[in-house]
Amino acid sequence: MRNLGPPLIFLVLLLLGWDVLHLQIANGSISSPREAGARLVALMSGARFWADVGETGFAFVIACLLSIMFGVLIGVGLGLSRLATEAFEPILVTFYSLPKVILYPLVLLAFGLGASAKIAFGVMHGLVPMALLTRNAIAEIKPVYLRSANVMQLDGFATLRLVLLPAVLPELVGGMRIAFSLSLLGVLIGEMFAAKRGLGFAAMNAMGLGDINTILAIGLFLGTFSVLANVMMLSVERSLRHVHSNSVTQAA
Amino acid sequence: MRPPGLLAALIVFGAIGLLETACQTGLLQHSVVLPPSEIAASLWNILQSGAFNRAIFLTLSNIFITAALAIFFGFVVGVLLHSVSYLRAGLEPFLASYYAIPTFIFYPVFIVLFGVGSASIIAISVLLAIVAMITATLSGLDRIPIVLRKTAKVMRLNTLETAVSILLPSALPYLVTGARLAIAYAFIGVIASEFILSGQGVGYAISYAYNNFDNQTMYGLILLIILIVVGTNMLLDAFDRRQPTQTARNR
Amino acid sequence: MDDVSHQVSARETGEQAIIAKLSGVTRDYPAARGAKPLHALGPIDLELKQGEFFSVVGPSGCGKSTLLDILTGLSPPTAGTATFEGKRIHGVPDGVGVVFQEDATFPWLDVEANLSFGLKQLQLSARERQDRVEQALRIMGLVGFRSAFPAQLSGGMRQRVCIARTLVTQPRLIVLDEPFGSLDQQTRLLMGDELLRIWRETGATVFFITHSIDEAVMLSDRVGVMSARPGTFIDMLETGWAQKRDSRNVADPHFGKLTGQIWGKLRGEALRQMQLQNDVAL
Ligand SMILES: Nc1ncnc2c1ncn2[C@@H]1O[C@H](COP(=O)(O)OP(=O)(O)O)[C@@H](O)[C@H]1O
Ligand SMILES: [Mg+2]
Repeated sequence: MRNLGPPLIFLVLLLLGWDVLHLQIANGSISSPREAGARLVALMSGARFWADVGETGFAFVIACLLSIMFGVLIGVGLGLSRLATEAFEPILVTFYSLPKVILYPLVLLAFGLGASAKIAFGVMHGLVPMALLTRNAIAEIKPVYLRSANVMQLDGFATLRLVLLPAVLPELVGGMRIAFSLSLLGVLIGEMFAAKRGLGFAAMNAMGLGDINTILAIGLFLGTFSVLANVMMLSVERSLRHVHSNSVTQAA
Repeated sequence: MRPPGLLAALIVFGAIGLLETACQTGLLQHSVVLPPSEIAASLWNILQSGAFNRAIFLTLSNIFITAALAIFFGFVVGVLLHSVSYLRAGLEPFLASYYAIPTFIFYPVFIVLFGVGSASIIAISVLLAIVAMITATLSGLDRIPIVLRKTAKVMRLNTLETAVSILLPSALPYLVTGARLAIAYAFIGVIASEFILSGQGVGYAISYAYNNFDNQTMYGLILLIILIVVGTNMLLDAFDRRQPTQTARNR
Repeated sequence: MDDVSHQVSARETGEQAIIAKLSGVTRDYPAARGAKPLHALGPIDLELKQGEFFSVVGPSGCGKSTLLDILTGLSPPTAGTATFEGKRIHGVPDGVGVVFQEDATFPWLDVEANLSFGLKQLQLSARERQDRVEQALRIMGLVGFRSAFPAQLSGGMRQRVCIARTLVTQPRLIVLDEPFGSLDQQTRLLMGDELLRIWRETGATVFFITHSIDEAVMLSDRVGVMSARPGTFIDMLETGWAQKRDSRNVADPHFGKLTGQIWGKLRGEALRQMQLQNDVAL
């Protein structure tokens, strides 16, 4: 890994700041990092927590996959047709900036309480950015790539596999990273008021009880998970861009 | 040339027409989905009666304050991170994964810090919106061509003049994009907080109406939010199109 | 190597004032992570004569733009001294105008505003400012494009805007870094003619960087030939053109002789520079 130092230092500062908050500002009503950590360890040794994780994880995986699959399909559709872009992009952009919680009643109407509702909610968050980013990636393919593929006498499928896909792949991975984050957010928000299980529900429950310690423990868990996952995806994205060999950067 | 957005508007109106027919012919039950005409009428009544004026005003002013704070501090933090590369290296991995964490769950923490009410909601929403502005500021500053900085030196501009008349205009398209995202997230943050957490504002009113099976009010208010978001977007679009810089980016 | 430039300048100093002088100038770029510091330029000795048209020609990556940065005060030399009009250069001196290799138009301003931008700094009356802008628009053939934005212009037109924006400040030394690099050959020749005309009309000294041997020979009074990185002057030759000249001098047998002579010196250097670049990349 490149340069772990600064992020680690930032992390330490973050924990220190949290501790100061605990000690000074809130008179101990906000638990310390140590307490939250201990609470997380306690949670993690119970079966209930892992059941919640499984519940959330399942909905999240499905929501994420659906977001990516349909996002790419829609993005390709938009990328191939100017007319489709003109017709649907403004709608997608508006939908993206809409507070999607207000549509929750409609989602419940359509799916009822349960896993499918939160999956739907995850997809509502993850699908649109995936579609828009895919469309941008396709719009930015240089026409000369296609002409080169023609000259090399590649057939349609080979062009797709050998030229188009590699050309858009880094952007796609970038889009997936965002779809990943947002569909997790969607699922969690969904769980917060339309489920009786899952981490979102557990957090909501703790909020009702004013159990700040548990909230912070869950936040710690989610934060660690998504930072690690994002760092991994970022490094994949970087290596796909093929521009980070030390020597080449230096020559430029 | 079609005016931009015309096609999209036609599609939306077509969909509304379809929905209306489906409702009127009984294909969709009245207890479940209201026909658009009734939703519009309900919104009209809501606005006429003024019953929700306080909630609407509260929500909109919170959104406004959130957006203003997020844009200002997002810009400041972005500039700071850009000029101190060590800070930036420390923060960037976290910025990238920021949106996966539902900020809302920290509401109790904010209540301890800011008390129940608007201040906590604004704090949460600023936290949600500011990252978009920080990221946009960073990419805007990153993309200022080096040659423009050199040109400023050749014209013998001082630091302030360079910042105001070269760096800022050059980064402006990105800043505008960031500000638009921040505004979108201010809407999302404030209304979602109201909906999930608090006892105030339009978000809460929707949730309250939903829990009391008051479909008229619920759909009316949902429509209100959608109209406000669409209106804001159109306003910002119109503003965007007046900027010559936007087209200049495509060279 | 260095004595070539010395000979020439020694012969000339009696006749013409020196506007800028570089002595023993070098430039090292600090080490990137996991690499050695890069010795990019020098040592360079050069005396620019008042009113001459001087060209530097050398392979890509030999340090020409680095030389420009030092001559214009955009960045200091690692060693050696640079002076302009007898004063040591700290920051960009008054009286120096630069046209960069890259497109440096301000995309948020229209052509006219681009031109008048640099004049805000000078204490000029509104009338004087307007006159200078009009004149530059006319000279560069931009009158019809005054309210166009750079994004609506071709690369050649944008470079004209950059040249015009430099001209309005009436610099005594105009420094250009491969300004026509992105233009087609015919446009280049014509732009060269315009540059010669401007040079004659303004009486400014021109320092012109190019990788094109033809361009250097066609335009200049004097051509400095640079080695592969770290660039130093390996040859310095006088073209002997009359002051009133234009691109038609490419048909002159003397033109072929000079370009042939320069290529003779430069071929080995260009090869060496390519080799250098490959070594770094591997
Ligand atoms: N800011 C910089 N940092 C490190 N190396 C640089 C920098 N600028 C230029 N170089 C290197 O210095 C050499 C000379 O560059 P430059 O002056 O731009 O050459 P030219 O203009 O002749 O093509 C090149 O090898 C280039 O890679
Ligand atoms: Mg160069």
